[in-house]
This record gives sequence, structure tokens and C-alpha cells, in this order.
Amino acid sequence: MNPFDWLVQLLGIALALIAAPVFLGWVNKCRAWLQNRSAPSVWLPYRGIRKLFHKEAVIAENASRLFRLAPYVVFGAMVTAAAIIPSIATRLPITQAADAIALVGLLATARVFLSLAAMDVGTAFGTLGARREMMIGFLAEPALLVVIFVVSLACATTALPMIAERLSAQALSLTPSLAFTAVAFTMVLLAENARIPVDNPATHLELTMIHEALLLEYSARHLALMEWAAALKLFNYACIGFAVFIPWGISTGNSATSLAESVALLGVKLLVAGFGLAFIETVSAKLRVFRAPEFLATAFLFAVLGLLVRLLLGS
Amino acid sequence: MTALPWDLQLLNTLAALLLLLSFAMLSQRRIVSLVNLLALQGALLVVATLLLAWRTGDRHLYVSATLTLGLKVFFLPWLLHRLIRRLGVYWDTEPLLNITATMLVGVLIVIFSFGLAQPISALASTATRNSIGIAVAVILIAFLTMITRRKAMSQVVGFLSMENGLFFGAMSATYGMPMIVELGVALDVLVAMLVLGVFFFQIREQFDSLDLKNLESLKEDQ
Repeated sequence: MNPFDWLVQLLGIALALIAAPVFLGWVNKCRAWLQNRSAPSVWLPYRGIRKLFHKEAVIAENASRLFRLAPYVVFGAMVTAAAIIPSIATRLPITQAADAIALVGLLATARVFLSLAAMDVGTAFGTLGARREMMIGFLAEPALLVVIFVVSLACATTALPMIAERLSAQALSLTPSLAFTAVAFTMVLLAENARIPVDNPATHLELTMIHEALLLEYSARHLALMEWAAALKLFNYACIGFAVFIPWGISTGNSATSLAESVALLGVKLLVAGFGLAFIETVSAKLRVFRAPEFLATAFLFAVLGLLVRLLLGS
Repeated sequence: MTALPWDLQLLNTLAALLLLLSFAMLSQRRIVSLVNLLALQGALLVVATLLLAWRTGDRHLYVSATLTLGLKVFFLPWLLHRLIRRLGVYWDTEPLLNITATMLVGVLIVIFSFGLAQPISALASTATRNSIGIAVAVILIAFLTMITRRKAMSQVVGFLSMENGLFFGAMSATYGMPMIVELGVALDVLVAMLVLGVFFFQIREQFDSLDLKNLESLKEDQ
């Protein structure tokens, strides 16, 4: 393997680690602007993480080893996922090592550990959150898989870097199947990252919450890792979306200039996507938990329709 | 992948949107929204017809587009809205099958119609032959909409949506039916709609509701 490729790969992972909290901060800032509130700094998630790393960890008495292990597993899974997803370049060693189905499996692993850790201490809130998380997960996963199948069908491969390369080489055209799957993917992204129609990321201790309930027992460095992992998850999902639906400008060679271009374009895409996400969250209302399956069934339907249209019309 | 010409891309997109609208109608419980979706489906049909007319240079397709615009986008939805207001029916009762199950049946229907339409598409020589499967799916899903609803109003909307599918099917298989058939069908739909409008009032007067369940029992049993 080319040492330069490994260097770029490491750079990509470092970029994901650094950019993820800023991206989250940017979404929060846009949301505040759109809701006429004074906006928090984009660096706020960083400060939160730094503050948490400096605190002393308090762990419940009856917590097992799994509870301590889970933050590292979840964080590790998210970092690996960030390495697999082609965010800045496609010809990278780890990026080419695994395909999109393995990626979905990796995300599922993180979810399982997160839920197990939440149930571990045995508080009512943790168990409730874990159950809800699993409910959302088992509905969102098939939708995500069908989305990936549609693009795989279009590109005859399940490897994300190949998909990104083929789609970016293709001339701009109106493809209904991809449009449907893009809608489905956006809905899955909202549900999986605990964004507004399904969960409210801004609340603590509310009966409707999902993601925050899972983390209630964590403190200090464990909580910092969990929150960083959540920011990374959002970043990862955004990058999957870019790779599949707007792959233009991604570096397919290994020259430094195309790489710089690719990084700059990624920044622009993230800014736009963050604003779009904030906009969706501002105009939609939080659904009751019992309506969440309907929301995700709609996402699944969109994805399946995309698949059928792809098979029917071949476009 | 070879890129299609842009008008065919647009036609494919319109076909896909028609299918999407059929599913939206299948899941919609409010009758007012159902009628709006029907009008939207008609509007998509008009755009598709105009595009096809422009592509083929067929004069009579312009006429049928105008006919569709007048009848299915403006007149029939207006008539339905008026009926809804005068009858005071805004919601359908809970459909016979729950929404998610209906959706799954709908997906199966699309797969079935794809299989059904494949030999026909292979025989057709039009550029839009791939959409025949979608047209069949729109017809069958509209049929499913009619089957799963109880209120007479939503059944009529399903019936009109079925006609839309038929129209789209004829368009993609043979660039539209002969003018005389098209006029005949339009007249039929119009008259059926007017007669059904009278029927609604009769049904309501007889049973105090528009639920078609009442029509199933014989007079002697009551």
C-alpha cells in the first residue's frame, strides 16, 4: 500500500473527528437562527466535550463491565465507520476494505451496545430509551438497506467508494429512483440521529425522548465519548448521503490538489446540509412515539418505491 | 449507463410521481386531501400528455391534454369538493385493512403489475413502453383504494384515479386512444360523476350515512 494513501486515510479520520462536533454546532446554530433565538457558538459541542473530559467519572454501583466498555465500543464503531465512508477520497485503504452492508452492520453494533449499556444499570429511563431505540432501529435499518440496494443496483456494486465514483462520473440526469431514495434516506437520517420528527435532541428528562434517555447514567469521559460518537454518527450519515446522492467533486485519484478541492467541497456540502437539516427540524413538529413507526414505514415505502421504479423504468 | 434524452427522463419521473401519488391516496384518510391528490394526479397527467404531444407532434394529444385539464384538474375536483361540503363528510372511517398492511399489499401489486406488463412492454414500440407497468400498477392500486374504503365518496375518488391510470396506460402503450374513444370515456366519466352525485344524496337520505356497509343488507332482513 502506498504510504501517501494511508496518510490521506488518517487525515480523513482526523477530519471526521474534528469536523463532527463543529457540524453539530452548525446545525444547532442554524436552528437557533431559524427560530429567532440568539445562536450558540459553533464550538459549543467542543467545549462540552472538553469540560466532560476534565470531570471525575461517577458510575452506578451495580453497573457491570459492559457499562464501562460500551462508550469505547460505540466510539470505536463510529470512528471505523468514518474510515469506511468515502468522505474526501475514494481510493483509500480502509475505505475500500468494507462495503455498505458491513457499514450498516457496524452502525447496528453501536446501537446494540448503546442499548445494552442503557439497560445495564436497570433504571426505568434507560430501559425505556433502549426499547425505543431498538424499535426505531429495527424499522430504520431495512429502509437504509433498501436505499443502499437501489444505488447498488444502479452501480452494480455494494462498495460505497465505487458507487461514489460511478455516480460522480455519470452525466447529470433526472433519476426518479434516486430522488425517492434520497427522500427515504433523509427520513432515516432524521430518525437514526434523534432529530426532530422522531426525537428532540434539545430536551432532557422528557417522556418523549429517546437518545438522551440512553445516556442518562453516563458522566464525564464516558459521556464525552458518547456525545462525540453521536456527533460522529450524524457526520457519518451526512457523508453517506453525499457519497450516494451528491458525489460530485470527491477525489478519485491521489493528487494533493484534487484532495484539497474535495475537502473544500465537503465543507460546502456540510454547510448546506446542516442548514437543510435545521430547516426540516424547524418546520416539522415532533411526532408522538407511536407515530414514529408510521414515519419510518413511509421512509421504507419511499425506498421500496425507488427500488421498484428502478427495476420498472431502469432509471 | 447511457443517458436518456431529457424529455424521456421527465416522462419517467412523471410516471414515478404518479405511482407515488397512488400510494399517497392509498394512505390518505381525509377525503378533502384525497380529492386534492386526485386533482394533482390529473395535473401530472396533463403535463405528461403535453410532453408526449410535443415529442411525437401528435395533434390530438393536445386536445386530450386540454380535456384532461378541464375535466380532471378543475371540474371534477370542484364538483367533489362541493359534494363534500354539502354532504358534510370529511373523514373516511378506519379503512378495512390498516394502513401499513394496505401499503404492503400495494407494493406487492406493483411487483405483480410489473410482471404482468413486461410482455406487453416487450411488444410495444413506443418510447414510453416502460411506463405501462406503472400504469397497470396505478389502476390496480386505485382498485385497492376502492376495496379498502367504506365511504361512497372515497370509492368514487378511487374510481376516478383508476380512470387516470387507464388513460396513462393508453398513452404509454400507443400514444393515446383514438379521439372518439377518449371523448366517449370523458363523457362517461362526467355523466357517471353527475349521477353518482345524485346517488350520494339518495343513499344518505335512505340510511343517514354514506357508509356502503348499509347497502349490503337486504331490505327484508332489517
